[in-house]
Amino acid sequence: MGFVDFEGRRYERRDGESVLDALLRCGVEVSHSCKAGSCGACMMRATGGAVPEKAQAGLKDTWKARGYFLSCACTPDGDLAVATAEADTQTPARVVDLELVSGDVMRVRLRCEGEFDFRAGQYLTLRTAAGVARSYSIASLPEDGVVELHVRLLAGGRMSEWLRSEARAGDGVAVQGPAGDCFYLPGDVEQPLLLAGTGTGLAPLYGIVRDALRSGHRGPVRLFHGALRVEGLYLREELRRLAALHENFEYVAAVLAGEGPDVEVGEMDGVILRRIPDLKGWRGYVCGDPPLVQKLKKKLFLSGMAMRDIHADAFLPPAA
Amino acid sequence: MSTLFEQLGGAAAVEAAVDSFYRKVLVDDRVSHFFDGVDMDRQRDKQKAFLTMAFGGPHNYTGKDMRVGHAHLVARGLNDSHVDAIIELLGATLRELGVSEDLIGQVAAIAESTRNDVLGR
Ligand SMILES: Cc1cc2nc3c(=O)[nH]c(=O)nc-3n(C[C@H](O)[C@H](O)[C@H](O)COP(=O)(O)OP(=O)(O)OC[C@H]3O[C@@H](n4cnc5c(N)ncnc54)[C@H](O)[C@@H]3O)c2cc1C
Ligand code: FES
Repeated sequence: MGFVDFEGRRYERRDGESVLDALLRCGVEVSHSCKAGSCGACMMRATGGAVPEKAQAGLKDTWKARGYFLSCACTPDGDLAVATAEADTQTPARVVDLELVSGDVMRVRLRCEGEFDFRAGQYLTLRTAAGVARSYSIASLPEDGVVELHVRLLAGGRMSEWLRSEARAGDGVAVQGPAGDCFYLPGDVEQPLLLAGTGTGLAPLYGIVRDALRSGHRGPVRLFHGALRVEGLYLREELRRLAALHENFEYVAAVLAGEGPDVEVGEMDGVILRRIPDLKGWRGYVCGDPPLVQKLKKKLFLSGMAMRDIHADAFLPPAA
Repeated sequence: MSTLFEQLGGAAAVEAAVDSFYRKVLVDDRVSHFFDGVDMDRQRDKQKAFLTMAFGGPHNYTGKDMRVGHAHLVARGLNDSHVDAIIELLGATLRELGVSEDLIGQVAAIAESTRNDVLGR
């Protein structure tokens, strides 16, 4: 057992319990999402006591030095005094516009009102004024001047409902991060690239494709976007245009059911492997629905892609 | 006299072997079900740690770690036949990389020495 001091009060922390879980159990509101040390939503700052190294994994060095840590990943040996992560880890931003690009996908564009360095394909934590924090992948490039996100609107979802019913252009939000290693790596411009995702898994892939093409990537770049039905596909015109402009870029849309012009029907892995049976030497990016990401990673690996060449972001829902 | 680990090529040999070994494990019907649904990146790290140990390299596994680490698999039916399969796949991986039968035998012997701990006996 140990103690966590927070805003002038002392809370008991049970053995093996994270700082986040202890505070939540005691009824303290701390924003959080993944509870797995990846999204950054639960970041706090230590003002006394020792933070285990694991609780700072992946944070910027400058933040580590100031005592910031992820409270969901922090199970200290002794007592800890903590404070909320002040605004300096967050960048204020404003909603530029909101647009439904398919039945349930909303394109959200933000303008940051401060420094926010990112690579297309990484993810950030979006925070509303009411304190809801969720991870979203970045579909735009830094030089676009806006941060573009694609959000699948879930019925009853907290962020989804806010975006659907309340959010307006001009609203203030905050972004935090970015994190993740799903981004284009310059260096080997000849390496063939495979990008695959379903639903809003397209967001990071779209960013990575544009980053690669803009960086003068010369090897083949193949993007596979899947949806249940044709209505779930989006950005089709933009992607076709990109394919017309770049000889080495191919865009393949696939659906599980139904049919349409230029649309393959079938499971994503089958569609990919029919076209590219041997993936030795390829670099892969896989994003979206967690079970699909898991399955694709395995299929790509078994078809010859090296594990270190596979970059994946599973869009895990927040932990209960 | 160089160590087994050095003769095999050290960390580079582990890196060269790990993907191939892991692929074999994932498609072998005798053992693949033990690997369903696990995080692949973490699993690959574990495979690397295992190969490093089996190659005679530096490691800090204890018999107790082996027991604790495999107890959930033993509960799911892990037995001698599965250990046999893993040692066989390990040998096949090394053979593909052109390692001599003598060195393969030494690696198999190290893997064999963990059998009782892995099976919790
Ligand atoms: C690294 C990362 C990147 C992500 N990138 C994106 C992205 O680019 N675009 C995007 O749309 N989402 C992305 N997500 C998911 C996103 O963070 C939210 O989980 C999602 O938008 C739901 O938030 P919400 O507040 O609307 O719903 P919540 O209020 O969190 O959930 C409402 C209900 O829906 C359930 N639920 C949550 N997710 C799903 C799901 N996928 N399918 C079915 N039911 C679900 C919950 O269990 C809950 O019952 C990402 C997640 C991670 C971890
Ligand atoms: S990093 Fe702690 S909740 Fe996501």
